[in-house]
Amino acid sequence: MTPVVAEDSSVASSEAGVNVKPSHRQPAGLDLTPQPGAGTVGTITVDNPIMSSRDVNVYYGDKHAIKNVSLDIARNQVIAMIGPSGCGKSTFLRCLNRMNDTIESARVTGSITMDGRDIYDRRQDVVQLRARVGMVFQKPNPFPKSIYENVAYGPRIHGLAADRVELDEIVQTSLSRAGLWDEVKDRLANPGTSLSGGQQQRLCIARTIAINPEVILMDEPCSALDPIATARIEDLIDELRASYAICIVTHSMQQAARVSQRTAYFHLGDLIEVGETDRIFTNPRHKLTEDYITGRFG
Amino acid sequence: MSEAIPGAGARLPESLRDHRKAAEAVARSLKSRYRAETRFRLYGLGAVSLGLVFLAILFVTIIGQGWSVFRQSYVHLEIFYDPEVLDTDGTRSPESLAQGDYNALVKAALRKLFPDVEGRPDLRQLYGLVSSSAGFDLQKRIADGPSKLGTSETLWLLASDELDLYYKGRIERSESEESRPLSDQQLAWADRLRSKGGAELRFNRVFFTSGDSREPELAGVWGAVAGSFFTLLVTLVLSFPIGVAAAIYLEEFARRNRWTDLIEVNINNLAAVPSIVFGLLGLAVFINFFGLPRSAPVVGGLVLTLMTLPTIIIASRAALKAVPPSIREAALGMGASQIQMVAHHVLPLAMPGMLTGTIIGMARALGESAPLLMIGMVAFIVDVPKSLLDPATVLPVQVFIWADVPERAFVERTSGAIIVLLAFLILMNGLAVILRNRFERRW
Repeated sequence: MTPVVAEDSSVASSEAGVNVKPSHRQPAGLDLTPQPGAGTVGTITVDNPIMSSRDVNVYYGDKHAIKNVSLDIARNQVIAMIGPSGCGKSTFLRCLNRMNDTIESARVTGSITMDGRDIYDRRQDVVQLRARVGMVFQKPNPFPKSIYENVAYGPRIHGLAADRVELDEIVQTSLSRAGLWDEVKDRLANPGTSLSGGQQQRLCIARTIAINPEVILMDEPCSALDPIATARIEDLIDELRASYAICIVTHSMQQAARVSQRTAYFHLGDLIEVGETDRIFTNPRHKLTEDYITGRFG
Repeated sequence: MSEAIPGAGARLPESLRDHRKAAEAVARSLKSRYRAETRFRLYGLGAVSLGLVFLAILFVTIIGQGWSVFRQSYVHLEIFYDPEVLDTDGTRSPESLAQGDYNALVKAALRKLFPDVEGRPDLRQLYGLVSSSAGFDLQKRIADGPSKLGTSETLWLLASDELDLYYKGRIERSESEESRPLSDQQLAWADRLRSKGGAELRFNRVFFTSGDSREPELAGVWGAVAGSFFTLLVTLVLSFPIGVAAAIYLEEFARRNRWTDLIEVNINNLAAVPSIVFGLLGLAVFINFFGLPRSAPVVGGLVLTLMTLPTIIIASRAALKAVPPSIREAALGMGASQIQMVAHHVLPLAMPGMLTGTIIGMARALGESAPLLMIGMVAFIVDVPKSLLDPATVLPVQVFIWADVPERAFVERTSGAIIVLLAFLILMNGLAVILRNRFERRW
C-alpha cells in the first residue's frame, strides 16, 4: 500500500459513501464504521459496568429527545451528566430506571442492560428494577407522612424487614448514613415536610438507600438548596460512592468537578464527550464541551 | 432632551427617549389603574352584598313563616273516663274498650268548661276547638292503663288547627267573619279559654315525630326525614365507592385514547342532564323493567345515584389531578407499584377533595325532588318508613306536597319543613368543611 496524502484520504472516504466532516467529532485514527458510541468523543465503556446503554433513542411524540446514546455506568463511582438545558441528560437518567414509562408519549429504543439483562425486556419487572435503581429528584419530595414513615415506606412495601425491630434498625441506619439521624432522632414522628429543604433532600436520600439499591440516580439534587445544604449533600454523595453507583445530573460544573469521577457532556440530545472528570475539565477534546465548560454558552 | 437612551432613533416615542417623560407617563396611567381597581372592588362588594341581601330575605321569610311551627296550641281539659261511654258491655276487655266513643269524653269536658253553650250548632262550633285526634290520644291512654276507667285526669290535648292559628296570631279579628275559619263566637270562647289558662303554646312534638296527615295539627316531617335518610343512604353507599373507583381508574390507570375521551365527554354531559330525565330513566328501568316497588327509598336512592355519580366522578378526578406529580414520582421511584402509589400516597391526599365533592353531591341529592316525583315518591304517605322498601317520601317532596294544600295551617308547616331541610343542608356542608380542614395535609 502506498502512503496516501491527506487529500487522497478525504476523496477516498467520500467515494466510499461515508460522509466525514472535518470536525472535532471524528479525531483521526478512529474506525469510521457505525458502532455504539460512534458520535461520542472519549471512552464510553468501563470494566465490569453495572449498567450499560447502547444506541438509546428517546422520542417524546415527534420530538427526538435523545439520539444514539451509548454509555456505561461504573460501580462505586459517581458519573456526572452535564449540558445545557434541554440537552436530554435528565431524560437519559430517567431511562435508567424506566421513569419515562410514566410519560405516555415517551418511546425508548436501543438497549439498556443491568448485569447483562435488558431492563426494557418484557420480562423485566419495573417494580423490581426501581428497587435496584433508586432515584432522588430535583425538588425534595418527601411523602406527606412522618419522617419515620418516609424511610420505612420502601422497606415495608418490599418486605425488607421481618419485624418492627429490624424496621427501626433500617430507619436508623439509613438516616445515619444520610447524615440526618442526629438532627431528627427526637422527632421521627414529625411530618417529613416540616424539615428544611436540605434536610428534606437528605431524607429523600435516606429513603432511597433504605431499600439498598445498587444504583442511585440523582436529578439535580441540589438545585433547590442553598450552598451549605449543597455542600452537605455533596459530602454525602462522596461517602455513598463506596457502596453505590451514582449518576448525578447537574447544572453546576463546579459540582460535577467536585463530586464525580466521570463526566458525560450532553448537547441537544447527543452524548458529545465522556471521560475522567479531571480530564474533561482540564482538557476537553470536543469544541462544544470546551465552549460549555468555559462558559461560552449554556 | 436630557438623558437620551443611547442609540434611540428619532421615531421612538418621546417617553422612550426621555426618562422623566416615561416616569410621567407611568404616573398618569397609575391614576386610571387605581380607579379601575377601586371600581372592580366596588363591583365585587356590590355583588356579594346583593347575594347576602337575597339570602337574608330568604331566611327571614322562611324562618318568620315557619318558626311558629315548632310550637303548637294545646287545650287543658279535665277528662272523666266515663265507664258508661267507654265500656258499654261492662266486660272491660280490650276489644270492648277499643270500641268506645272517646271523642264523647272530650266533648263532655268542653261542655263542662263552657256550661252556658247550648244547642247543636253552637256545640258543634265549640267541639271544633279541639283536634279530632284528641279521642285517639285518650283511647291510647286507656289501652295502656285500663285501670284509669272511672277516674278523672287533667290533660293537655291538641287544639284544632284553626284555634292554633288564632293563638299564633295568624287569624285576625279584623277579617270578616265569612273569610276566616273561626266565627266571632269561637273567637270569644278562645279568648276566655286563654285568659283562664286553659290553653297554651307548647313544644310541637307531633311535627317532629309523625308522618304526613290531612289534619295540619297531626302532620309532621318525621316520615319525610326518614324517607330522605333511607334514600340518601342508598345513594351514598352506591355512589361514593363507584364514583371514586371510576375516578381513580380514569385518572390513574386508563390510557388516554379515543374511548376515555368519549367517556370523559359523556360524564361531563351527564352532570348537566336535567334531573327529571334520570327520574324517567329510573321509572323505565328500575320499576318497569326490574319490577322494584314504587315510591320506595331504594328506587329513589338508585335514581339519585345516577344523578350524583357524574358530580362525584368529576370532583374526585379534580382532587386526584391536584395531587402533585412529585408525590407520584417519589412513590414510583421507590419501587411502589401503580396500585400502591395510588392507595398509599395519592388517595390519602385526594380524599378531602373527594369527600367534599361527595358531600356536595349528597346535599344536591337531598334537595332534589323532580326525579323522585317520577318514581312515585310523591304519594300521600302517613306511616313513617321503616325500611328501604316501604313507601316513603322525602323532605323536598313533602314541601312540594304541603305547598299545594289549601289549608292555612299548612303554610307554616311548609316553611317548617323547609327549615328542617335547610338545617340538614347546612349540617352537611358544615361537615364537608370540617372534613376538608381535618384531613387536609400540606405537602
